[in-house]
Amino acid sequence: MKTINFQLNGQSKSVTVDPEEPLLYVLREEFELNGVKFGCGLHQCGACMVLVDGQARYTCRTGSGEFEGKKLETLEGLERQDKLHPVQEAFIEVQAAQCGYCLNGMLIAAVALLRENPNPNDAEIRDALQPVICRCGTHSRFLKAVKLAAQKT
Amino acid sequence: MLQPLKRRAFLRTSGQLLLGFNLFPFLQCTPQESIETQNPYYGIPERPHAGRDIIDSWIRLDAAGYLTVLTGKQELGQGIRTALLQIAAEELEVPVEICHIINGDTGQTANEGYTAGSNSVEGSGRAIRQAAAAAKQVLIREAAKKWKISAGQIQVKSGVILGPENQKISYWELLEGKFIEEKVNDQAPIKDPKNHEVVGKSIPRADIELLVRGKSHFVHDHRLPGMLHARVLHPPVYGSKLNKLDNGQILMIEGVEQVIVDGSFVALVARREYQAVKAWQKAKEIAEWEQEQISVDPTGLFEHMEQTSENSKEVESRGNSPAKLNNSSKKISATYQKPYHLHGSMGTGCAIAKWEGGNLTVWSPTQGVYPLQNTLSDLLSLEKESIRCIGMPGSGCYGHNSADDVSAEAALIASKIPDTPIRLQWMREDEHQWEPFGTAMQVKLEAAVDENGKITAWKSHIWSDAHSTRPNGQAGHYISARHLENPFEFQKGGFSGGSYRNALPLYGIPDVQILLSNYDGPLRTSALRSLGAYGNIFALECFMDELAQLANQDPFDFRIKNLEDQRGIAVLEKLKSETNWNGKSPNEKSTCGIAFAKYKNSASYFAVLAEIEPGSDDKKYKLKKLIGVIESGQCINPDGLKNQTEGGMIQSASWTILEQVEFDSEGIQSKDWSSYPILRAKSIPEIEVHIINRPEEPPLGAGEAAQGPVAAAMVNALSSALGERIRKLPLREYVTA
Repeated sequence: MKTINFQLNGQSKSVTVDPEEPLLYVLREEFELNGVKFGCGLHQCGACMVLVDGQARYTCRTGSGEFEGKKLETLEGLERQDKLHPVQEAFIEVQAAQCGYCLNGMLIAAVALLRENPNPNDAEIRDALQPVICRCGTHSRFLKAVKLAAQKT
Repeated sequence: MLQPLKRRAFLRTSGQLLLGFNLFPFLQCTPQESIETQNPYYGIPERPHAGRDIIDSWIRLDAAGYLTVLTGKQELGQGIRTALLQIAAEELEVPVEICHIINGDTGQTANEGYTAGSNSVEGSGRAIRQAAAAAKQVLIREAAKKWKISAGQIQVKSGVILGPENQKISYWELLEGKFIEEKVNDQAPIKDPKNHEVVGKSIPRADIELLVRGKSHFVHDHRLPGMLHARVLHPPVYGSKLNKLDNGQILMIEGVEQVIVDGSFVALVARREYQAVKAWQKAKEIAEWEQEQISVDPTGLFEHMEQTSENSKEVESRGNSPAKLNNSSKKISATYQKPYHLHGSMGTGCAIAKWEGGNLTVWSPTQGVYPLQNTLSDLLSLEKESIRCIGMPGSGCYGHNSADDVSAEAALIASKIPDTPIRLQWMREDEHQWEPFGTAMQVKLEAAVDENGKITAWKSHIWSDAHSTRPNGQAGHYISARHLENPFEFQKGGFSGGSYRNALPLYGIPDVQILLSNYDGPLRTSALRSLGAYGNIFALECFMDELAQLANQDPFDFRIKNLEDQRGIAVLEKLKSETNWNGKSPNEKSTCGIAFAKYKNSASYFAVLAEIEPGSDDKKYKLKKLIGVIESGQCINPDGLKNQTEGGMIQSASWTILEQVEFDSEGIQSKDWSSYPILRAKSIPEIEVHIINRPEEPPLGAGEAAQGPVAAAMVNALSSALGERIRKLPLREYVTA
């Protein structure tokens, strides 16, 4: 067991857990967050994505100990003063979801992209969403939503 | 938990079969000035379903000024909640914003079987529409009584009943907390579609906001006090038996509470989820199995299929196709093959079960709560009345994935650890290896055309394993039930019509014969979106292009000439005009192919054009664009219909280009997303969907309409580009992803 400190959605947190325990489980179990999800446990599908120092990262394999001192942002931390993030707004506006299991990864990947590149072209958006799987085939709406979010920011 | 006794008492006190829609007298009732209420929605008191013919089995008005719809269907991502609410709001003339919905729950909703076959709007939608119409009729009658006027003098607007002399009363004021016991009147008038204000509008889905904000939504997110986490260790290959498992080594892992071994069923239960994962890893490492092998060589799968299938039987026919084909000179035949496909949900199966006081509650992502209840009853030798199955959203795929298996396993574990909620989630390799796949199929087609380009005779011969082994009362349908010390036997229970779904051409062909050979293949199979329609339409619509070539005709013209169904022709004509078709691809670099089908020959019409072009960095082609036209009769929610259709097109493109379950004697080798890749963002084509709305026609199921035609259109485009016919899927040898 080890105490790990990080910033989670703007607040300093410390948690005492097995440092081998992947961050995904710690976020869901200790902090009751729902955005991050288990999809594969193999860093292949993106269900577990979190913003780590602003970068979209898989969290289902990497032990939580690796996140010591990092700035973590989850889906739940994107809202500001009850106002949704432009990416969240755009996904609602485009109705970019079917079952919605992949939305966490899609949104986190999109937020990371737009922070680094506020005016991405189609290929750059596709590159950013490539690490995230969607089984319902909602991709055409995700691409549209990210373009719309770029216009909003 | 709804106790059996309570249920009986309830039925007794409510009188015969009749319940009414009602305000709940036990809630403080405040008559509303209008229904623009600020009261929070508290939901409605739970109550067992008491018959499909009762209005409040489908629709309830509550004291807070809301309307709750109850459906036995599940939300799978297809947007069914919104569509059903629109239907109810329209018919009852209330704003859709005040409407809420409860999906499948054996403690509350009607038994509507499985959410499958694109039936929800046609089935549940029809029931809800009629119940809402009947409810409105009753409300108008009550108002007429109160004002001592005739019902004909009354109008309704936004939940407010209006009399001829400016009388005005809301539904909720009128009810004053009374129960009104009424049956659904089948004769209650349905609104003229011309006056529709909510149906036909793109009402946004309420759940998308919850999803983008990371609110609790999925069964995976449901947390109960004292809940333990579980993993199940499945055998390495079908039929393997557990020889030895040293429990002690697993129990040493911190947090592990129990190791359950029942025959070859192994479950690990721990306090934290990760501890259960660690226990699963350890168990996998040390378990010793008497390992079975898969005896069929995957490279000889289709030969095995032909050699070992049952003798063919005629499943549909008209005229005398064999004789006609014999006597025709202009005829061809071709054989098409599709591999096994994974459902491949992104999230692994998850369910929560709790055993308490002899009663079992299961929170499940199943597509059918009542079939689950039935089958759990068999599995656990427990009265149905003691089992409550509550449907919750799972990770999507549109088909029979692990949802039922994981629910049964959670129930098995909970039955051994009473009074403790058990949350079981599968690992990725469980999902890939143990879900029931969409079966491989082979279709051999033969047809003749006359000198005018009309098809005169047609013969199909289909080889296919079962397209549905969904549990329906027999526990042997659960994979783990077969692994218990006292195992349940699995009997396929006959082959359903799924194998020859859409095998019968919609085209006006005088002589047709459809033969089916049922195959008992090496892999576990069950319902995948559109069942056999994907394989059958792929074959049929590719063969239509081959026949068009034989008749030297344009693929649009050939199809239109052979169709008698005017709505089908309209869909093809619309696609032709939307794509400015003039006999060839609009773009010199690219090649196009088309396909068409009416799903199940009874649901939505769909036609699609696929455009492919040479890829940039290798010799393969790239899927550039898909343009589809869908006609689903009365369109309830145009954006919802588009969303479903776009998704179906992309999913089908993924199946067609990339997907094939890999296996060998050592078992299923498609264990994750690198050994079973699916289409990702970079390879997604441009997608365009056009709708033909026919408000005057009944709504038709739409969720599976795109699957088959997209495959055929892509193969037709590719075959044109290559100058040779491709008849075997997937296309990864030719198309980039």
